[in-house]
Amino acid sequence: MKLISSYAIGLIFGIGISISGMANPAKVLNFFDFAGMWDPSLIFVMGGALATAFIGYRIVFGFSRPLLSDRFNLPARRDLDLPLIGGAAVFGVGWGIGGFCPGGALPALGTGNYEVFIFAAAMVAGILAAKRLQRWSGQRTSAQKHQERT
Amino acid sequence: MTGIETTFTPWMSLAGGVLIGVASVLLMAVQGRILGATGILSGLLPPSGAADAGWRVALLLGMVTGPAAVMGVTGAMPVVQVPVPAAMLAVGGFIVGIGVTFGSGCTSGHGVCGMARMSPRSAVATLTFMAVTALTVFVLRHVVGG
Repeated sequence: MKLISSYAIGLIFGIGISISGMANPAKVLNFFDFAGMWDPSLIFVMGGALATAFIGYRIVFGFSRPLLSDRFNLPARRDLDLPLIGGAAVFGVGWGIGGFCPGGALPALGTGNYEVFIFAAAMVAGILAAKRLQRWSGQRTSAQKHQERT
Repeated sequence: MTGIETTFTPWMSLAGGVLIGVASVLLMAVQGRILGATGILSGLLPPSGAADAGWRVALLLGMVTGPAAVMGVTGAMPVVQVPVPAAMLAVGGFIVGIGVTFGSGCTSGHGVCGMARMSPRSAVATLTFMAVTALTVFVLRHVVGG
């Protein structure tokens, strides 16, 4: 049940991304090119997605629990820190260079366009490298704390 | 760096956006989870365990079959036009991977789901990456390539 519903949800997302234009770097980059060939279409994508999610979440958060899980699994942090802001800024640089964001690129793989595979492979390499770096710095910090304690 | 001219598609973009929102709401209703492309993919990559790999793989398969479903209805595969050389895609992809990992999310996780929950972290992340993307495009198209 979980697998079937996950597939269906992914499919709805993939169709949405495909028809919205988010899977097309030319359109995405033109949205950000205010000083050039500006294409405002993506305002409608963000607007439609955000309005739907905002209203839908209000309804869902009224449930005592999700249908196939015993609790809502939500990030609880509210503080702002350097990894969040720095990471978002780095993401922006990459998005501006290639024109793909992760949610746009993954469904776009299904078009068979080889360029999407180049982007996706590089993105996976970037995620792996960053996770390794996070683990390494995390181990170092906990080792330092351990030293301070002893 | 010049772009490729695209046409303004308010209705298709709005409809696509609504579907993205519907998918986000459904994942929250069914599993109580944020529909973020970064989080779902990253949870499959080491050192994350394979314990909950099943639903992640199923969801990603659904995403990848989206374009074929569109072709089934309209008769045409969604257009992917890449106005930059392959080397820039590779560099951009690697940078995106690093950024979304440290920033804990991307356009779908922060920009749609996080903003809809009114998370201050997501609002700041979204404003930051939108502004930096616009600045990057400006520099590449009008300063360096102008």
